[in-house]
Amino acid sequence: MDKRISTLAAATAQIANGATVMIGGFGGSGAPIELIHALIDRFVTTGSPGNLTVINNNAGNGHVGIAAMIEQGMVARMICSFPRSADPVVFTERYLAGQIDLELVPQGTLAERIRAGGAGIPAFYTPTGFGTDLARGKPVAEFDGRSYVQERWLKADVALIKAEAGDHLGNLTYRMAARNFAPLMAMAAMRTIVQVSHVVAPGDIDPEAVITPGIFVDGIIHVPDPAQEEDLNRAGARYPEVAA
Amino acid sequence: MTDKLTNAQIAWRAAQDIHEGAYVNLGIGFPEMVARFQPTGRQAIFHTENGILGFGEAPAAGAEDWDLINAGKKAVTIRPGTAFFHHADSFAMVRGGHLDVAILGAYQVAQNGDLANWSTGPKGVPAVGGAMDLVHGAKRVAVITDHVTRDGKPKLVEACTLPLTGVACVTRVYTSLAVIDIEGGRFVLREKLAALSFEALQLLTGAPLHVDGAVTDLTVPEV
Repeated sequence: MDKRISTLAAATAQIANGATVMIGGFGGSGAPIELIHALIDRFVTTGSPGNLTVINNNAGNGHVGIAAMIEQGMVARMICSFPRSADPVVFTERYLAGQIDLELVPQGTLAERIRAGGAGIPAFYTPTGFGTDLARGKPVAEFDGRSYVQERWLKADVALIKAEAGDHLGNLTYRMAARNFAPLMAMAAMRTIVQVSHVVAPGDIDPEAVITPGIFVDGIIHVPDPAQEEDLNRAGARYPEVAA
Repeated sequence: MTDKLTNAQIAWRAAQDIHEGAYVNLGIGFPEMVARFQPTGRQAIFHTENGILGFGEAPAAGAEDWDLINAGKKAVTIRPGTAFFHHADSFAMVRGGHLDVAILGAYQVAQNGDLANWSTGPKGVPAVGGAMDLVHGAKRVAVITDHVTRDGKPKLVEACTLPLTGVACVTRVYTSLAVIDIEGGRFVLREKLAALSFEALQLLTGAPLHVDGAVTDLTVPEV
């Protein structure tokens, strides 16, 4: 078994029009910028994939990564907890113009819905959101005298995530707080593609240190020295680059 | 004499109530200041929703590592004992009742403990983050806030008019003028600035203030 993929184009080739795509990251930490930009390259060249539903904590920052996907018109719907950022202009303009749908989900509920999707749990009850606008229309039940809101699992066609090291079998480690949603998304997608900063041989990751076991991973692509969204934004970057 | 406490002074006052060994989540923005005023000799462990427990202060400019940020997307540092975890574990800490204290900002707090702090209404882009999870998870949910809005309207009210973050969740409010507990659906005054009369404070508060035991002077150093 060898889950290595040789090019970013091949890694993103199977994502179809209308797909639901989970994208790892919390703000820029853990954002798989190179995978996202490869998907944008495909869209710019072929017009596909469009009409995507994107699941991420945020809705992009500046003009790179998810913001650049939205700017290209690839995204029909965002499912996220916090569609604001230092530079949220791309999402904000499209949202206020009615050009992109938003499903706003409390952050812990978002995480648990993704976890449930990966764990085969179709629904669960949480105290979060009870009595608020975000629970409107959802079933409510009382347990031990306290009220809880029913929430449903989230699944995706594809997850695009970033990890620190991955072996040929897809076992992964992460780097600091870049982990965030990635282990959950890896479980919840039909197909999980991971950009890793280091590719290592099976056995090179201590089994005690594996965070995501390879069973949740379908493909790994080596992206050494990945770009950080925050650095790109501080440099005023845009993707695709605009010719001077 | 000061007319009211500064944000830093409100944060200082809230920090005095965080006990040794507490696990604490601070809301983004103004509440983050609370970490600066931990009393000497007491150790609190700070949690951030994006998967760090026991993080340290901001690094020097230029020394940021953007994989090491807090929920406000600001760079932080690691310290001996820092732990990383994924988002489901992070919110298990929150909802599972493992945090001792959450300190949050507010647009409005109602006398029954309802909190409104995520939306000012239907205009613009709504964003909620982890606020709705935090208010139903931490053992103690406290609010730090100016006593009134920028245009002088009460933020402590009979019933919130803005969209709720959580129902009956806040138990203590630290304001620029007073410390007020929420008990049995009432605001109970605990501390107020010495120069401010009860009547003057009541005029700035949108629901009845009750006195149940001693009301002490709210005394805060220049910080």
